Amino acid sequence: MTHTATAVDTRGSATRAARTTTRRNPSQRRAARRQALIGWAFVLPFAVVFAVFLVAPLVYAFYLSLFTKGLATGTQFSLAGNYVQAFTDPAFLKGLWFVVRFVVVLIPVQMAVSLAAALVLDAITTRFARFARLTIFLPYAVPAVIGALMWGFLYSPIFGPTQQLAALVGANAPVLLGPDTIFGSLVNVVTWQWAGYYMIIIYAALQGVDATIYEAARIDGANAWQLAFRIKVPMVANSLVLILVFALIGTLQFFSEPQILRPIANGSITPDFTPNIYAYNVAFSYAQFNYASAISFALGFVVFLCVFVFLFFTRKRGSVFA
Amino acid sequence: MKQTRSLLAAAAIGGLLTALVGCSPSGGGGGGGGGGGSAEHATNCTNKIVVKSAPTVTVWAWYPNMAKVVDNFNNAHKDVQACWRNAGAGGPEYDKFQTAVSAGKGAPDVVMLEADHLTNFEIQNALVDISKYGADKIKGNFSAGAWKDVSAGSAVYAAPIDGGPMAMIYRTDIFKKYGITTPPKTWAEYAADAAKVKAAGGPAFGDLGGNVPALMMALEIQKGAQPFVYDYSKNPKDISIKLNDQPSKDVLDYWAGLSQKGLVGKQDQFTTDYISGVVNGKYATYISAAWAPGYLTGAGVGKGTDKGKFATAPLPQWDPANPVSVNWGGSALAVTTQAHDKALAAKVAMGLYADDASLTDGWKTQTIFPLNQNVLKSSDFINAKIDFFGGQTANKDVYVPAENAYKGFVYPPFTVYYYAQLQNQLTAINGGKIGGAAAADALQATIVKYAKSQGFNVK
Repeated sequence: MTHTATAVDTRGSATRAARTTTRRNPSQRRAARRQALIGWAFVLPFAVVFAVFLVAPLVYAFYLSLFTKGLATGTQFSLAGNYVQAFTDPAFLKGLWFVVRFVVVLIPVQMAVSLAAALVLDAITTRFARFARLTIFLPYAVPAVIGALMWGFLYSPIFGPTQQLAALVGANAPVLLGPDTIFGSLVNVVTWQWAGYYMIIIYAALQGVDATIYEAARIDGANAWQLAFRIKVPMVANSLVLILVFALIGTLQFFSEPQILRPIANGSITPDFTPNIYAYNVAFSYAQFNYASAISFALGFVVFLCVFVFLFFTRKRGSVFA
Repeated sequence: MKQTRSLLAAAAIGGLLTALVGCSPSGGGGGGGGGGGSAEHATNCTNKIVVKSAPTVTVWAWYPNMAKVVDNFNNAHKDVQACWRNAGAGGPEYDKFQTAVSAGKGAPDVVMLEADHLTNFEIQNALVDISKYGADKIKGNFSAGAWKDVSAGSAVYAAPIDGGPMAMIYRTDIFKKYGITTPPKTWAEYAADAAKVKAAGGPAFGDLGGNVPALMMALEIQKGAQPFVYDYSKNPKDISIKLNDQPSKDVLDYWAGLSQKGLVGKQDQFTTDYISGVVNGKYATYISAAWAPGYLTGAGVGKGTDKGKFATAPLPQWDPANPVSVNWGGSALAVTTQAHDKALAAKVAMGLYADDASLTDGWKTQTIFPLNQNVLKSSDFINAKIDFFGGQTANKDVYVPAENAYKGFVYPPFTVYYYAQLQNQLTAINGGKIGGAAAADALQATIVKYAKSQGFNVK
């Protein structure tokens, strides 16, 4: 929030400066132009990297997506043909449906866990709190690939601890990566990985709240629960919107965890499991780079749409992206 | 003054940069181990180049003993040197090669491919017909089936190295414990034995791995299925697809029955879970190919308490009066169209892993089951007592006859996609969601649709 404020300020002073230059003499104008050039020079390193590694590949991918190439045919211009195919492709739609369901389940769980952790850690101020904060944050410091491999081991019905736990009650180890259980298992992995990070964001926002407000609330007779839900949560609503948008974008582009767990999931994770995995396989295994580009853009469009709709409905409460 | 100094500095830095660039290896492209059209002297090799003045040919291959094989080749050749890189085993290498083919650059001169993936790259004009570079001279070294697997009509797209004639590996301790005195000779006996072991509270009799679609394709062909009719050399756009003919349905139904009755496991193969199951006697048999003992040994099977408990028997048959031999896996070396000097590349493709020392090392370490008849007919190979099988003369009893009876398969030009879809169906079967015949019908519909979308005339 503070960032946005500064940005607005700079912009304001810049316009003011621009307005004053018009009335200045030529030498002053030259100086201003030089200043502007210096400004651009500072932006240049970023702009070059941005253009070369983001804008150019995007433009090229979009260009590719306008053509069709079959194994037995040459390359043909097809305009929106790939996009029509993508939005009628059961594999793509199935993957999309999966990530949408995943968003609906994962985000509330993740929010609840991270918010609860942040509120508890904000309320207690012992040495234990610092330790707990670090511990909850730790999974985020573990690279996603390592995390997924670790869970692959924990879920294994032969090597994992589930085997020992099940043996205690004399049952067979549950198949946690089966077709019906994979959903919950992945929710668990992603929550474990990200809740700590979101917790830190909320926690930081809580630290920024003026303590006198709590004091005033307590004098007015608010108990701990009321303090948490009537004061703290509304005060950090902006952060909640922020992490929701992060989670939304990240989850719709779900890729790493299922891709890593795929070899040990006994076929539960198909080549079209999520739209991103599908695009990856269409490009690099089935050699259809054109169609894969179209799938990627189609997914990008859906992500944009979801984020837009979400921000539209939260626009009053959250000012971060407004 | 100040300006001159900075100019000098700039010149010095420039000179340094030029020097650095000059030192960097030319020709061999980064991770690729040498791009197509690479320089005559590629330098990014895993192996040592013995004859530095000779032109080099870049090779991608993943045989575990490849370092020895390449050295053998380079030591024996003065006119050409192989520059070898391991670009990944199987899938990862295909993905890299596919990307290089699509990009039109970055492929090696010679690439190791499994026979079932050749057509996929032939149709993309990625492989060179090596018949005009003397492939006919080595034809006599191979069985008809092995040769058919690398040819399309009269064109030859790779030099065969190793194969995977199929057989049934079994646990002698489990067979003994549950009173199976002779290994099942037919699939009917196999199912009966499976039921017997299960009824006695024994382990799974075999495994229906979803991730080994190539195995299922072979088993379907064994019963007479002809999934694809395709000839790249004649009509590259015409293909006939019959994935739901009666034999295919029968075989899928058979395995669906075993799986859904719990007589065989449902575990993906080539995983630690599966290997641990094999070690711990969770599977009485392993329907697999001649390379399996080498693979299993490498994965740590047959070394601990399970030492000497494995044996092998011919693959069960549908009709014992007319036995059919089938193949799973095996690789070949192909020359890519991006090769700088195709004749030279063909020489490497046909000469690498073809010398006696390499082949002997290959079969003695059980890295490969060679297809070269010089080995298959040598008494050393035939009479070899295989440690993994407790001293059984497995080559003579099982694998050599199986290889010699192999007639060759026809693979589609979109193997990766076909396997992925077959895998989906096998997973659904293992999940109890679909029967074998229905899976065959669903597969047929998906593949026909895909083939049409790729511009094939489906007949």
